[in-house]
Amino acid sequence: MTKAISVSGLRKVFGRTRALDGLDLAVEAGEVHGFLGPNGAGKSTTIRILLGLLRPDGGAAQVLGRDPWRDAVELHRRVAYVPGDVTLWRNLSGGEVIDLFLRLRGGGDRARRAGLLERFELDPTKKGRAYSKGNRQKVALVAAFASDGDLLVLDEPTSGLDPLMEEVFQQCVAEERERGRTVLLSSHVLSEVEALCDRVSIVRRGVTVETGSLAELRHLTRTSVTAELSGAPDGLTQLPGVHDVTVRPLHEGRAQQVRLQVDPGGLDAVLHRLAACGVLGLTSTPPTLEELFLRHYQGEVPAGAAGTVAR
Amino acid sequence: MTAVAAPGTARRHASRSWQLAGTGTLLRLAVRRDRVMLPVWVVALGLTVMSTASAFRTLYDTASGRAGLARSTNASGSLRALYGPVLDDAPGGLVAWRMVALGGVFAAVMSVVVVVRHTREEEESGRQELLSSAVVGRRAPLTAALLTALAANVLVALLVAAGLAGLGLPGGGALALGLAIGGAGLCFAGVAAVAAQLTESARAAKGIAGAVLGAAFVLRAAGDAARGGASSPLVWVSPVGWGEEVRAFAGNRWWVLLLPCAAAAVTAAAAYALAGRRDLGAGLLADRPGAAAASRRLAGAYGLAWRLQRGSLLGWALAFAVAGGVFGAITDGATELVGDNDGTREIFARMGGHQGITEAFLSSIAGVLGMVAALYAVGSVLRLRAEETGGRAEPVLAGAVSRLRWAAGHLAFAFLGTAAVLAAGGLGMGLGYGLAAGDVGGQLPRVLGAVLAQAPAAWVPAGLAVLVFGAVPQVSAGAWAAAGVCLAIGWLGPVLKLPGWVMGLSPFGHLPKLPGAVASAVPFVWLTALAAALTCAGLVALRRRDLG
Repeated sequence: MTKAISVSGLRKVFGRTRALDGLDLAVEAGEVHGFLGPNGAGKSTTIRILLGLLRPDGGAAQVLGRDPWRDAVELHRRVAYVPGDVTLWRNLSGGEVIDLFLRLRGGGDRARRAGLLERFELDPTKKGRAYSKGNRQKVALVAAFASDGDLLVLDEPTSGLDPLMEEVFQQCVAEERERGRTVLLSSHVLSEVEALCDRVSIVRRGVTVETGSLAELRHLTRTSVTAELSGAPDGLTQLPGVHDVTVRPLHEGRAQQVRLQVDPGGLDAVLHRLAACGVLGLTSTPPTLEELFLRHYQGEVPAGAAGTVAR
Repeated sequence: MTAVAAPGTARRHASRSWQLAGTGTLLRLAVRRDRVMLPVWVVALGLTVMSTASAFRTLYDTASGRAGLARSTNASGSLRALYGPVLDDAPGGLVAWRMVALGGVFAAVMSVVVVVRHTREEEESGRQELLSSAVVGRRAPLTAALLTALAANVLVALLVAAGLAGLGLPGGGALALGLAIGGAGLCFAGVAAVAAQLTESARAAKGIAGAVLGAAFVLRAAGDAARGGASSPLVWVSPVGWGEEVRAFAGNRWWVLLLPCAAAAVTAAAAYALAGRRDLGAGLLADRPGAAAASRRLAGAYGLAWRLQRGSLLGWALAFAVAGGVFGAITDGATELVGDNDGTREIFARMGGHQGITEAFLSSIAGVLGMVAALYAVGSVLRLRAEETGGRAEPVLAGAVSRLRWAAGHLAFAFLGTAAVLAAGGLGMGLGYGLAAGDVGGQLPRVLGAVLAQAPAAWVPAGLAVLVFGAVPQVSAGAWAAAGVCLAIGWLGPVLKLPGWVMGLSPFGHLPKLPGAVASAVPFVWLTALAAALTCAGLVALRRRDLG
């Protein structure tokens, strides 16, 4: 497969803060790629470099096979962008702004524009100042979905949308994928990411800490195990990959409840050990998406990563 | 009954005091935000007044020299129109003559900027919403803004008074002049407070207040040109004229200072009343619905720039046409009074040119229009920065628009728009003067040409603004200083006999004095080339830098 976006070792320094410190990102053509990370991790800085608004201090970036800084104008005929914080011209109506953006990009589809206005329930005659945050966001979304690009860059596009509109947004992204377009989706809404994304990349402090499909990421994460045992749970803590073991007596000491977390690959050994203690009951829970991200957001800082900055 | 009424009264009472809750905190916030801008403004104004005073002392050190200057000024309607009459020929009187209108305008601009910045700009940006969700009364933001402006104007008055008294001028006159300048500032703080209630846009609010200020200045000029022995009613109508009527160093009519104070009180009261009738963030005029689809012309970076800048271009052109017309119309009647007066001729020769007094006056007005047009030019360039910091440049540049194309749309206004604004002024002035002189066909082209000839000089500060915006965008607002220095040199230079190299710092100092003088192409070519070089350097830097 060809890469829609390929970034390697990207660096960007603002004054004394290192916003990007060797970030890697690969987005395959035709996929919906989630771009995740805590606030200030460098997501927006990366996106702005991909749009040619910022000039990288190091590393390489290619968008649709071209240099985003040098070939910005040519490239932007094929790219539609929705910023996280949409500001509009106060004296231009939403309809005018949508048309303006369609003309500024490679053009768009009138019928699709009309259909999107209806689906997003957007009044195109209101002036920029009169729109709420969610409605400003919709103006940018309609302009992006109605345009004829190959790549959609969406930077937290649903902040401010109500749940019904969030649903419409997810349908639209799914349709984009069916049309064969590539989507880079930066988001904090994990249910959205889970529903839409083929693969995700997680960044922290300017470096990519994880990348892959959600299933792959789940395999990298600990499973929680709760077991009710008739015997004493000996030797569990010595097993490799076992964490946070707690033991609580049950039924006035006639049984023990054990809770623990186990790394992928350690489950087999744990089950053997538990079986030796006499299992009365057992539940094993795969990590939720939230746990998965929390672990990546809070985990140890990878070596070489330095300060972050919100941009 | 009383048991019911009492809590009601108490509640009404409480709600009234709540209207001002948080004013102190907002005031401290305003002072903190303006901690650089306001002191610079106050000190610059104070220093200008003081340096004018000491320059006059060395330039006109004899009583006969001063009397000659006063005679020739008062005999010339044109000079009176520009600078006002000399009311007393002692050193203090000359300082008051020179600085009261200019200082008043300067203080007024400061007040407009401060008041709009802390009221409408806060609402427009959405910050006020956050502030007002805290324990902040409905009237607190406007009150804090007005108090900030009041404090700044009091400081201006005290600094001028102390500085002039320190230079040995009479203390009473020094205080009267300081208060006259500060009074004009205070009056326009009130005007700005009203303007900030009318529109949703801070830019439009500043435009409205600026239009009132311009009209007040033109009224005063027309009144002073028309005055015989007594002052004209036109001067009394103009807030800029009140400072003159205080007669600092010439009798010190203290009661006249009540006029700006009363005007400030009335306008502030009107602003509070208007503010009480509207919602946060809203103007008095409701937004009309816009077009559901963009017209054919709103396409690409140029169409967008046209849409964003056409309103301000129209306003400036209109203002220039009116101001040019007024000055053109007073030129003819004013100059016949002069007769053969060497003193006047000398001032005009330095200011305007060497031909007749009429030419010299027309030429100096053309110069003033040119310098004011430089403000428009710089403002049009800095629109780029406002688009960038407002986050509106980013989505445009994420389209298939190069940075050069994006900038070019706005720069067209800075360069061609400035020429258009000057043409409007030239047309107005040519018509006004031509009608008064009974020779429209002969005068209109000369006068129009003379005003249009200012364009290359006005482009130079604009080019500098492009360079600053491209290379060091954080200090973009500093480009205003370049236009301000041109204005100050052009305004004060001729009377203060500033040395040639100082006059030469301003591009306007290099222009031939049109109409009248022989025009050579050389300075126009050089100035245009300089403006072009600055612009190109700025655009090169813009292409290389980070955006946003």
